[in-house]
Amino acid sequence: MLDLLSGFVTELRTAGLPVSVGEHVDAARAVGTIDLSDRELLRASLAASLVKRADYQETFERTFALYFGDRHLNEATIAALVADNPELATTPTDNTPARPTPSGSEVAEQLLEALLADNKRSLAEMAALAVDRYAGIEAGRPVGASYYLYRTMRQLNLEQIEETLAERSFDPSVPFGERLAKESAAAKIDDFKQMLEEDIIERLVDDRGVEAMAEATRKRLLEDIDVMQANRDELVALEKALVPLGRKLAARLAQKRRRRRRGVVDIRRTIRESLSTGGVPLDIRFRPPHPSKPEIVVLADMSGSVASFARFTLLLVHALSGEFSKVRSFVFVDGVDEVTALFEECTDPAEAADRIAAEANMVADDGHSNYGQVFSSFVAAHLSSLNPRSTVLILGDARSNYHPARVDALAAIRRRVKKMYWLNPEPQSYWFSGDSVLGEYAPYCEEVVECRTLRQLEAFVMGLP
Amino acid sequence: MSLDPREELARRLGLAAAPQPRFDSPAQITELLAAHDYLSSADSAAVTFLADRLAKPLLIEGPAGTGKTALAKAVAEATGARLIRLQCYEGLDEAKALYEWNYRKQLLRIQASGGDNGASWHELESDIFAEEFLLTRPLLEAIRSREPVVLLIDEIDRVELETEALLLEILSEYQVSIPELGTVKATQIPMVFLTSNNTRELSEALKRRCLYLFLDYPDVQRERDIIVSRVPGISAVLAEHVARVVASLRQMDLKKAPSVSETLDWARTLVLLGRSELDDDFVRDSLHLLLKYQGDLEKARRELDRSNGA
Repeated sequence: MLDLLSGFVTELRTAGLPVSVGEHVDAARAVGTIDLSDRELLRASLAASLVKRADYQETFERTFALYFGDRHLNEATIAALVADNPELATTPTDNTPARPTPSGSEVAEQLLEALLADNKRSLAEMAALAVDRYAGIEAGRPVGASYYLYRTMRQLNLEQIEETLAERSFDPSVPFGERLAKESAAAKIDDFKQMLEEDIIERLVDDRGVEAMAEATRKRLLEDIDVMQANRDELVALEKALVPLGRKLAARLAQKRRRRRRGVVDIRRTIRESLSTGGVPLDIRFRPPHPSKPEIVVLADMSGSVASFARFTLLLVHALSGEFSKVRSFVFVDGVDEVTALFEECTDPAEAADRIAAEANMVADDGHSNYGQVFSSFVAAHLSSLNPRSTVLILGDARSNYHPARVDALAAIRRRVKKMYWLNPEPQSYWFSGDSVLGEYAPYCEEVVECRTLRQLEAFVMGLP
Repeated sequence: MSLDPREELARRLGLAAAPQPRFDSPAQITELLAAHDYLSSADSAAVTFLADRLAKPLLIEGPAGTGKTALAKAVAEATGARLIRLQCYEGLDEAKALYEWNYRKQLLRIQASGGDNGASWHELESDIFAEEFLLTRPLLEAIRSREPVVLLIDEIDRVELETEALLLEILSEYQVSIPELGTVKATQIPMVFLTSNNTRELSEALKRRCLYLFLDYPDVQRERDIIVSRVPGISAVLAEHVARVVASLRQMDLKKAPSVSETLDWARTLVLLGRSELDDDFVRDSLHLLLKYQGDLEKARRELDRSNGA
């Protein structure tokens, strides 16, 4: 068990979770005090001692399914049982196959019944049966669990089953019954999918060994996903994570500002406090400070290559708009347009971001990035919107398609504002190669920051004055 | 590894014997808590069990109104322990959390001694830094208590990152060092609960010292049971409908999802109004009991109508 646990902890660390030695010891101790035949209890205990952030839960669950699959545990328990009661060993366990194998429609019907009754045990049996029949797992074939999952789901026709399930569990006496029935059907089907996946993964673990499977199914943590290379599911998850992240950052920024500077001494309160210490002012009281909030001006490159990154940063900055005295956003490709009003109109920043592509006028010529032209037209049209309290954030890869860089325009912008930062979603090693003009722009910026992941974006925002 | 963590801790603290575990099994916790009107999930019972066995503090995170504080209270009640609560806020310092010297009393003592000859100074110094002049605050109180104690450090995420460090010694060693007095060690092992609403990330150092429990909104069955047990006179069917509507609201992308306590308020209102069932219109009209933002209300009404094919 301890070896298994070490492997498990190593895998968690490889997946990016911080697990300290002390926590490993805690987990080992926890395992020593609980009833090991209870898989749920084991899961809860390991989670409590090893994983200390809600975001890591998913990684934990996936790894747990790999290392402590139902079947492996059951075999261990059965072995223990047999050791205690030798007569059990003689009972043949393969009596059941006498049952005729059900046909496809029978399987669907049985599954529906199990889902309606919400019977965990028969659902698990159904999952095993479905994988047996439909997944067609071939030993040694190097394909992922998702391939087999997809195959099983398609042959089972889960979508049809979900629909029927919603219809059958619809109860007109329940308020908004149709919606509730649909939702609960979707949730049940999701659970069942999970069971299927776990079953498939267990079989694959038997086939290939747990380390190989761990490597094949390992996913990056959300905060380490490269925004520019994220697939669609990851983008959706990232956008979901932005809302709580924004809230958290806002709280921290506010706290940081409040604490950074004390206000002036509050004479009245200091004297009053000193009365209880015989007129000696032991505690000096201060007035609360007036926090100065910076003005943020965002200039975002919305051309195809970096659009998804620009979108995230715009969303995050607007989620934090309460922490800045003003946020103005401009988007550009080879022309530049202000979109601040869009964000003010929509209550949901995501909606505003969706409308940018359709409504903003950011293409002047051919729709290829042209940073020089953008900066000079910004200077011509919007220079008056900048003032010495502004902080400018430029988001983009500085790939200007070999157009002139127009450094003078950027210098003019820099002269009018307090600070200027460049956030680049490209890996640092690519920065000064090819058609990148970053090298010419960099001297005018306070800092050029590599910003490929949520973690880097978060760190940057927290560093803002 | 062979050493029981409770024994090891007892030896470090200099206790005569390792204290008895409070619980025999997670199932027993579920039962005990249920008897005190707290319906625990399997996870929370399991983790509470572990926290007791491993003698480690338990950090509970989760959205507001999911029963984090209530869990600590229920455990205190169920074990017959005294609940000592430290409510955290921004600006909390060691004088409010750990201990403080009662300097007014010390000044009085100095003035009363009157004499200003050097010989009595050492005497006076050791005198004014005696326990008599020590004001105990919740953390020290929990350590020094002779009777069993449950210590609840509520909303730990409200204190600054630096202030967290105050807690580290007490969380891992169950002792408090006072420079003038020496180290005060616990005379019993208190159960410690920390709650956090996750408004900021807690430090790794703090997390490492605790077991972790994420307390999410209950699922429909558990919420139904909670409603039935806490709202007298409600029918099981109505409770189920209430729980399902609330669960559906929580799936929407709202600013503030309804908490369990708001669900209970809603259920109580239904009972007071003498409703034995829910219908669409009533749900629509009473949503303001569950949702506290105008934007959320409008969104929820829109979504409910749209997805119901209206």
